[in-house]
Amino acid sequence: MEKQVILNATQLELTLKRLSHELIETHDTFENSVLIGLQPRGIHVATRLKTQLELILSHTIQAGNLDITFHRDDFRRRETPILPSITNIDFSIENKRVILIDDVLFTGRTIRAGLDALLTFGRPSQVQLLTLIDRRYSRDLPIQADYIGKTVDTLTSERVAVEWKEIEGQDQILLFTKEGNEAAQR
Amino acid sequence: MKQLSVDHLTGIVDLTRQDIELILETAARFKEVINRPIKKVPSLRDITIANVFFENSTRTRLSFELAQKRLSADVVNFSAASSSVKKGETLVDTVNNILAMKVDMVVMRHPNPGAAKFLSQKIKARVVNAGDGTHEHPTQALLDAFSIQEKLGSVEGKKVVIVGDILHSRVALSNIYCLQKLGAEVMVCGPSTLIPKYISDLGVRVSHNLREALEWCDVANMLRIQLERQDIKYFPSLREYALLFGLDKSLLDSLSKEIVIMHPGPINRGVEISSDVADSAQSIILDQVENGVAVRMAVIYLLAAKIER
Repeated sequence: MEKQVILNATQLELTLKRLSHELIETHDTFENSVLIGLQPRGIHVATRLKTQLELILSHTIQAGNLDITFHRDDFRRRETPILPSITNIDFSIENKRVILIDDVLFTGRTIRAGLDALLTFGRPSQVQLLTLIDRRYSRDLPIQADYIGKTVDTLTSERVAVEWKEIEGQDQILLFTKEGNEAAQR
Repeated sequence: MKQLSVDHLTGIVDLTRQDIELILETAARFKEVINRPIKKVPSLRDITIANVFFENSTRTRLSFELAQKRLSADVVNFSAASSSVKKGETLVDTVNNILAMKVDMVVMRHPNPGAAKFLSQKIKARVVNAGDGTHEHPTQALLDAFSIQEKLGSVEGKKVVIVGDILHSRVALSNIYCLQKLGAEVMVCGPSTLIPKYISDLGVRVSHNLREALEWCDVANMLRIQLERQDIKYFPSLREYALLFGLDKSLLDSLSKEIVIMHPGPINRGVEISSDVADSAQSIILDQVENGVAVRMAVIYLLAAKIER
């Protein structure tokens, strides 16, 4: 298996900073906007962005985690079922502007499930999508991101992994290339 | 990425500790779901479930039906009173006729011990035991364990006493298996006529003194006297039973520590438990009912995951 660094720690930090400023351009003081990170890996992006945004805005902003397991379209189509993660949204999203956050946008199926799961909490006035990595030209569904960290061109057989200091020990984004097709990527 | 080691839930006795923990963990996620504004997820859209009840039930049946509907499954209900069982049809024939209408899972309550296990060996659909006579009531034990875990943080190392009609109780047997598998200590307490003779072989303590039992435990699960299953008189009078084995507020307050009070329902107020105890802050009886839906969603979801497409 070949490994290639897409973004190193410095570049990743720079990207998160740039995304924060892009968000502020649209959402101003975040008075009516909230961040929702998708479980299991999008929550780390959301946490980092929340910290960054609060640093710039010098006030707290609302953020939550959303698990989409029960809304997935591959229930009973996988070898082994996926264990659900914790959903943690302790505020109302009614009439809020929601920024849905994930680490990698690939087929778009996770986001589709995320939208469905999100709407069970109420009716937001707007939903936008932020992704750290956009794997271009690999969508199964007509879903595009509003904020993109980096766009990459990849083969289906390749795998993109976003690693974090607090879990894997290092902030970096990697591209794994493997002979043959590996199992499901998400 | 875990799954259950069993294809049917006929009894706690067949589950491993990992299975129980997986169910409880999944149930915690579903409990969050049923507290959302929209309490429904689409996971089981393509699954049809039959609730087959050969014995009366309000709570369990309602709880199962709500769990199924909140998973978006299609539900059909069937009760013995209005069925062809009365016309002489066998259990397997009855259920196979239901399955012929493309049903994927059967939730069954039956007066005969072992009925669910028997059915699971005869039919193709998944079977969930909703109580088989005096044998097992696995989902009740799971929701009791979930409620204890929620209240006290964990089940491991906790002391639980089950008080009352142990002889006729499927809740007691399932609870004993479930709590022991999760590492709790279990005691049964009641009049000697209502305690099965060799129950200590299951590794449970036996007591005939309620105060002594309550002083020992962290959690007391008060069972109902199942008069409908008692063919003979097991104790002189309900009044005497209430005096010796009923839990009232003065007894509860006189204990040296605060214990958690549970009851699987239906409650006979003034018999096994007094009204002020049932409604006290130490009682988690209504939490048990709420958790029942979440736990049943978890069981159905995890079993449905194993249905082949």
